[in-house]
Amino acid sequence: MERTTLDLWVGMFVVAGIAALVVLAFKVGNLSTYNVSDTYQLQAYFSNIGGLKPQASIKSAGVLVGRVTGITLDTERYEAKVVMSVDSRYKFPKDTFANILTSGLLGEQYIGLAPGGETQMLKGGDEIKQTQSAVVLEDMIGKFLYNKAETGKQ
Amino acid sequence: MAILSSLRGIGSRVVNAIWRIGFASRFFLMTLVYSGMSFRRFRLTVREIFFSGVMSLIIILVAGMFVGMVLGLQGYETLKRYGSESALGSLVALSLVRELGPVLAALLFASRAGSAMTAEIGLMKATEQISAMEMMAVNPIARVVAPRFWAGVISMPLLAAMFSAMGVFGGYVVGVVLIGVDEGSFWSQMQGAVDFQHDVLNGVLKSLVFGVAVTVISLFEGYDAPPTAEGVSGATTRTVVQSSLAILMLDFILTAFMFRGS
Repeated sequence: MERTTLDLWVGMFVVAGIAALVVLAFKVGNLSTYNVSDTYQLQAYFSNIGGLKPQASIKSAGVLVGRVTGITLDTERYEAKVVMSVDSRYKFPKDTFANILTSGLLGEQYIGLAPGGETQMLKGGDEIKQTQSAVVLEDMIGKFLYNKAETGKQ
Repeated sequence: MAILSSLRGIGSRVVNAIWRIGFASRFFLMTLVYSGMSFRRFRLTVREIFFSGVMSLIIILVAGMFVGMVLGLQGYETLKRYGSESALGSLVALSLVRELGPVLAALLFASRAGSAMTAEIGLMKATEQISAMEMMAVNPIARVVAPRFWAGVISMPLLAAMFSAMGVFGGYVVGVVLIGVDEGSFWSQMQGAVDFQHDVLNGVLKSLVFGVAVTVISLFEGYDAPPTAEGVSGATTRTVVQSSLAILMLDFILTAFMFRGS
């Protein structure tokens, strides 16, 4: 067994292929933005989540603080139960407000956390009581048209 | 009588096709059973990786670059209408990683390396090298077929990954450098849209399946080719046609399983 130039070429080929995979993972994919730090779970009930999906981001003041891990329908309250895992570096007051917001006009939906003034902080497993559902564009257009019709009569 | 003979023709074709499918399945199984040698004498496999993988490198890289550039150009023209040019990065990356990378790399691999494999094995059979091996108590499946199979299966995902990476680079060159889409939003929208497990790993899985399908079809066609000049040329044509069709059909099935409901 001795080394040949053929081995060199095949070695270069394999290294280049693996390098391409690494580029796809870190530069193209989201592996670099995965937070490996500890998280804690919070939950919130929304009457309508719109187009929110698992893995959607959770932001506070525009900073990514966590991800949505699960969305289920609670059949006792008939509301959507959203489980979020939030980076444990960030603590939020008990009266934090959770809103479903949209990035841009037609962009992805995310959860925005607006902290309140309470001194006690939310712990793992706690529920965010104050929530605001997603804005459904059709409802908004419907309301607008209805208002227009009302004002047009007068 | 014309009807009878045409019916007889159809029947014999169907029987022949089923016969070939059965033989191909047994051939595939034998390849798996006798693949020990291609790992014990790994040099055999390395040699085949050189001929099928390394030699396909240039066509894969150039094609990937141009496909990415076309995607950048076309995507920009369409997205500009909706004022969302910044989504160009996610469009280019998602279409490459999910579909175009694995599928186009496999199609190029089938026509560049698959046809060569078929012709090589077909000629080995025509010149009675395969029979000579059997005569010397060397198993031709273990010595000739299995190393080529594993070389194809190893090369294919690597080639597809390089195709996608090169395509993203091509899209970057056209979108950001030439047209002037904002660089920050190009990469951040891309990273926001492409999930490592869901998109990148599924793409790799796709290319693995394509690698198995293409190499099995190529090797079987070569092994089953009639030992004449016409036989080998017909087998080479069949390899390209059948593996292209197999890739596109498998792609539909795999996509239906992987990306539905997301």
